[in-house]
Amino acid sequence: MSTTVTTTGTKWWSGGRSPFNVEYGKLMMWYFLMSDAFTFGAFLIAYGTVRFSANGWPDPNEVFQSFPGLGNGLPLLFVSLMTFILIVSSVTMVLAVHAGHRGDKAGVIKYMIWTIVGGIAFLSCQAWEWTHLYHEGAWWGSNPFANHDGSTGHQDFTNFFFTITGFHGFHVFSGVVINIIVLLMTINGVFERRGHYLMIEKVGLYWHFVDLVWVFVFTMFYLV
Amino acid sequence: MDHKMIAKQFLITGMVWAIIGGLMSVLFRFQLGYPEAEFHWMKDLLGKWVNDKGQITAESYYSLVTIHGTVLVFFVLTAGLSGTFANLLIPLQVGARDMASPMLNMLSYWFFLAASLVMLSSIFVETGPFSGGWTAYPPLSALASAQPGSGVGMDLWLIAMALFVVSSLLGGLNYIATILNMRTKGMSMTRMPLTIWALFFTAILGVLSFPVLLSGFILLIFDRNFGTSFYLSDIFIATNNVGALPNEGGNAVLYQHLFWFLGHPEVYIIILPAMGMVSEVMAVNSRKPIFGYMAMIGSLFAITVLAFLVWAHHMFVTGLNPFLGSIFVLLTLLIAVPSAIKVFNWLTTIWRGSIRFTPGMLFAIGFVSLFISGGLTGIWLGNSALDIHLHDTYFVIAHFHIVMGVAGMFGMFCGIYHWYPKMYGRYMNNTMGYIHFWVTMIGAYLIFWPMHYEGLAGMPRRYYDYSQWESFKQFIELNKFISLVAMIVFAVQLLFLFNFFYSIFKGRRVRSQNPWGATTLEWTTPINPGHGNWVGEIPEVHRWAYDYGKDGQEFIPQTTPVGANETNHH
Repeated sequence: MSTTVTTTGTKWWSGGRSPFNVEYGKLMMWYFLMSDAFTFGAFLIAYGTVRFSANGWPDPNEVFQSFPGLGNGLPLLFVSLMTFILIVSSVTMVLAVHAGHRGDKAGVIKYMIWTIVGGIAFLSCQAWEWTHLYHEGAWWGSNPFANHDGSTGHQDFTNFFFTITGFHGFHVFSGVVINIIVLLMTINGVFERRGHYLMIEKVGLYWHFVDLVWVFVFTMFYLV
Repeated sequence: MDHKMIAKQFLITGMVWAIIGGLMSVLFRFQLGYPEAEFHWMKDLLGKWVNDKGQITAESYYSLVTIHGTVLVFFVLTAGLSGTFANLLIPLQVGARDMASPMLNMLSYWFFLAASLVMLSSIFVETGPFSGGWTAYPPLSALASAQPGSGVGMDLWLIAMALFVVSSLLGGLNYIATILNMRTKGMSMTRMPLTIWALFFTAILGVLSFPVLLSGFILLIFDRNFGTSFYLSDIFIATNNVGALPNEGGNAVLYQHLFWFLGHPEVYIIILPAMGMVSEVMAVNSRKPIFGYMAMIGSLFAITVLAFLVWAHHMFVTGLNPFLGSIFVLLTLLIAVPSAIKVFNWLTTIWRGSIRFTPGMLFAIGFVSLFISGGLTGIWLGNSALDIHLHDTYFVIAHFHIVMGVAGMFGMFCGIYHWYPKMYGRYMNNTMGYIHFWVTMIGAYLIFWPMHYEGLAGMPRRYYDYSQWESFKQFIELNKFISLVAMIVFAVQLLFLFNFFYSIFKGRRVRSQNPWGATTLEWTTPINPGHGNWVGEIPEVHRWAYDYGKDGQEFIPQTTPVGANETNHH
């Protein structure tokens, strides 16, 4: 009944093999993500509750149909670009983690920069989209878009849109800030001296999580 | 940053809140017991909270009950209880030098302190603190003009609670990581004391349920300040020519779902640490192994899972689909099974034990008594048909005060008396401890038992003045009696406080490393452990935490290697 298999190098735990073979910080990150998933889950379920008990709801294909420089009539094109950018930034994050496993400092720096660029690009797109919607008269407490059947638009369409995409955007923003901090630490050789790039992995977990949440937000606000 | 210091900080802050919250209950018991009496001295003491006739005003009465509920549930019985004992006991009992992240641990306390200060400041604002009940249902909480306390008071309430959620999240993540990753050599999960198991499940509950409350609060903040209508719909205000509000399409019951998704696990966040400490204290002071160790863990696990699946039993009368209600009845009543297992195991643990009636042990036994009494009425309330009659009556007040409020406090007292020697290197005074126990125990039953009858007779909670209703006049004398006992019980808590602080400086010194003859690791540290807890190497663990009365030995510490001739071991 005892765990006595001792592996070398698990210096953060003196009790033999550590649970799940991970260091405590990574475990903490997983638990944090679980808890954050509940936050988003609560938001999205609240949104679903209100939406499905409503008599009508605006059609996303009509609301989100603009593209900067190209004008209107392009449903969901812009948000597809945003989603693509975010997913690509997840790929570069994977490459950064991979480079970290090899102890390749230059590789980590390169791919972290690309990830940060992706994050900032996504946030800029979101800023443009919000501004555009704002100029169309949409904001918290005001919804100019009619329901798909032509009746007066449901008040909570914009309320939920701005609250939940805003909350997600805040997560992306925090992720970018954390990524920049970790990038600076990498450049300063902190992880090189530490002998491992575990921190990149932990930050990577967070970044992928934020991406995953976007997939759900994207589906529930733009597709259905 | 030392975990023992942070535990003490949580404890002292929690005690300050317990005094404030307790004093509030004494004040509103004044109103309930003596609605006609005129206490002019209160006017001098409390200013505008009291009207010119020397009675607490209706607004401040509602503020008192709201803040009483909020601080006792969250600040005392969540932060004060699991904040204190998780910080104190987890590293000591699993054999770690400190928490996994001492930094986050410290932040957790400072967020709690910030939450406390904001909540405290809300009591002193011009329009008074929030007064719409501790559950903060909209529209009272969502419309700033709903009542005086819904303005600035509610804003501060929300800020304080948001800070509190952050604090509990940081703490919870740390507790989980420490328990899983910082155990000493040989301390497998099934060798851990039940305190640690209980705190582990508590932390999981907190980490998974508080974020939902946070979501609910964020939507509430938008409703209050940014013109949204998540929780608001079809509201018409007849006074002041306001008329119909523009908010449409929201759903006030949505808030209740989000709130109770935390709100129900919250009661287990309160009771599980108490259960864990009671299990440990009972085994130590009965000189017997805990009965059904694995069953205890299993029932803790079952309670943790069920805790997430029963929230709508708080909402039977909101227009919930009766079929859905019946499912929640089933799941709610299922909780009786693990609860009964635990009670059975506690009783069997003390059965034919050589019991030492220390104050800690008395409070542990008192806890079980209260848990049985309050748990049985839970079966009534969990039934959706009965709940139609009992909902929002004093029956509910009696139920949750006994099973969660007083029982939670008993768990806390049990822990304080038992681990006081570890915290301060001195004992608390036993005589004062016995007086404290007996008066509190008898007083708690005298206060809350009669409330069951009042509730069955239909007396609703949250009424300012019952003497206005003919049907409740029969309870005037009873209410006076309850108020009187409540004051006596509150006075005895001051005796406890005196004992606590007096003993820090003047208490009898602890001379032996292991004063209770316990097996767990915290008693292998020096009497006043410094930072890092153990001098030299962290001890290795060779057996489970409950080897009492085994092979003719009174107790065998966890650090003793298993002898060659020993019978079966864990």
